[in-house]
Amino acid sequence: MPLASYQTSVPVVVDDAKCIADKGCTVCVDVCPLDVLRISDMTNKAYMAYDECWYCMPCEADCPTGAVTVNIPYLLR
Amino acid sequence: MSLDQIVDGLSEVSCDVLVIGGGTAGPMAALKAKLKNPKANVVLLEKANVKRSGAISMGMDGLNNAVIPGYATPEQYTKEITIANDGIVDQKAVYKYAQNCYSIIEELDSFGIRFLKNENGDYAVKKVHHIGTYVLPMPNGETVKKALYRQLRRARILISNRYMATRLLKSADGRIAGAVSVNTRTAEMLVIKAKAVILCMGAAGRLGLPTSGYMFGTYENAANSGDGYAMAYHAGAALANLECFQINPLIKDYNGPACAYVAGPFGAYTANNEGSRFIECDYWSGQMMLEFYNELLSGKGPVFLQLKHLHPDTISEIESTLHKVERPTRGLFQQGRGVDYRSESIEMHISEIGFCSGHSASGVFVDDNARTTVPGLYAAGDMASVPHNYMLGAFTNGSVAGIDAMEFAESHDFAEFDAADVAMERDRVMAPTKREDGIPPNQIEYKTRRLVNDYLQPPKVTRKYELGMRRLAEAREDMQERMIARNAHELLRALEVQSIMDCADMAAHASLYREESRWGLYHWRTDFPEKDNENWFCHTLLSKQDGKMTSEKRAVEPYVVPIADEEKDLYDKQRIRASA
Repeated sequence: MPLASYQTSVPVVVDDAKCIADKGCTVCVDVCPLDVLRISDMTNKAYMAYDECWYCMPCEADCPTGAVTVNIPYLLR
Repeated sequence: MSLDQIVDGLSEVSCDVLVIGGGTAGPMAALKAKLKNPKANVVLLEKANVKRSGAISMGMDGLNNAVIPGYATPEQYTKEITIANDGIVDQKAVYKYAQNCYSIIEELDSFGIRFLKNENGDYAVKKVHHIGTYVLPMPNGETVKKALYRQLRRARILISNRYMATRLLKSADGRIAGAVSVNTRTAEMLVIKAKAVILCMGAAGRLGLPTSGYMFGTYENAANSGDGYAMAYHAGAALANLECFQINPLIKDYNGPACAYVAGPFGAYTANNEGSRFIECDYWSGQMMLEFYNELLSGKGPVFLQLKHLHPDTISEIESTLHKVERPTRGLFQQGRGVDYRSESIEMHISEIGFCSGHSASGVFVDDNARTTVPGLYAAGDMASVPHNYMLGAFTNGSVAGIDAMEFAESHDFAEFDAADVAMERDRVMAPTKREDGIPPNQIEYKTRRLVNDYLQPPKVTRKYELGMRRLAEAREDMQERMIARNAHELLRALEVQSIMDCADMAAHASLYREESRWGLYHWRTDFPEKDNENWFCHTLLSKQDGKMTSEKRAVEPYVVPIADEEKDLYDKQRIRASA
């Protein structure tokens, strides 16, 4: 069966200017209980790769540079 | 090589005690096992990262079941929990918890976790339950995980993050021998031989589907997909009273607790659209949930948590706890909706169904030593059958499990498992990665959980259950024959769906077996609307026998704390009666 991708706005937003993943930081990726964050091969910054968020916030709370913001996902706003 | 790319690999390690699940009970079990025998190897395996895993990922706003000298006695607490669970309780484990939990509070205090104290320096315990006083706020509850993690590092527990356990291994004579696990980012498999295994894998929180449109917008941490229940089942362990579902009163859409436990002691209460109270007590029980459900469906819904009558300073105090500790995005949610507790009430609804002994009474059957029915296998926390555990129960029973499991490991050598079992499990785990074409895990999961909502959610109707089981069997066939996983992360989800499917089957099977209604909304069967103490004053144990799901009755152990006849139905009188 062929697969198609599905558009979705994701709740976790990373400020690339503040993110230091390119210097080797992986804190947000490490702590996420649902393992939905990754470091982009293109930008070397963290981003939300999978829309499986529990909006729990360790990524935001533990980020050493304050680069991560967890928003309330659109459908339940 | 990038993360999530599938690597074919299998390695083997061994340890004395293997603890699976690094949330609440798991870290405490690992710590106690290691402290009991510092020379032994204790491995703590976690699907996510122990630093932030489990129900207390961000913290916890209070102890809901603290038995503190001067406020409550173990006898009183045991009585209350027995009555709240319609009498179907093996009191020995509850009583033991009630006796031990105060020393655990003191220990947590020594770890740097702070609890609310009054001006005299005594614990400031609040009343939420129907009868006794057991709720102890934790205004600095966001420190729980960090404090625990420090203890684990100090004790040199071996922590393996991002490994998901998939099946338990046993010897020919039925003793526990270890577990098979898979790395959630590479799909490499790891076999862990162990003399004793403790399951602390949390609730089955991803069983029903939230109405928000997000599969992961569950009440429980969505990582709690019921893997522990599925593993225990396939290992032949008995599971108790699974028909006693967990259903919670929550903030609508946000699906987090409205926290009557936090706000109630300050004077907040649950009200209908007329602003009137309709339940006597905000403590979560099936009977209370039934009244909540009835009110929602009556012309008097929606239901609200009402705070606006309180003094603004009081509201600020409540707000700072609710918006900071357990689910900090709550503040953001309310802000987005423009809800100010000073002028507006909080709209509530009923959660999706799940299994969780933290709030109800179902789970992998354990005795007062946290032993399951499989020798060498233990369970603690939200997945074990000690009722109304909450966080303190997870810590206390985790401690019991850790100590007893280490004693077991000290007196037993490794049990031998059959290599063919590992090979078979490897084939099962990797199957979705071997297909070129098929259905992705998220769609199988959505369908399964929609069926749970459509057919299994109470009120339980036999005809609906029969249809639901047929549809679930079809979804299972798709899952087994056609599900695909294109990377390691999808494989993690594919494995979780298999746990969810097993839990759905168990929920249906257990519910059909008990032919009566009990525990209010949790097990309301329209075809058997009455409580039937003559035939069903018993536990039900579900297990896999000769490859088939089977249920049987088990007598309730004689009470340690007697309950007088006039006390037995206190929790049945939840609805506020109009006075004459």
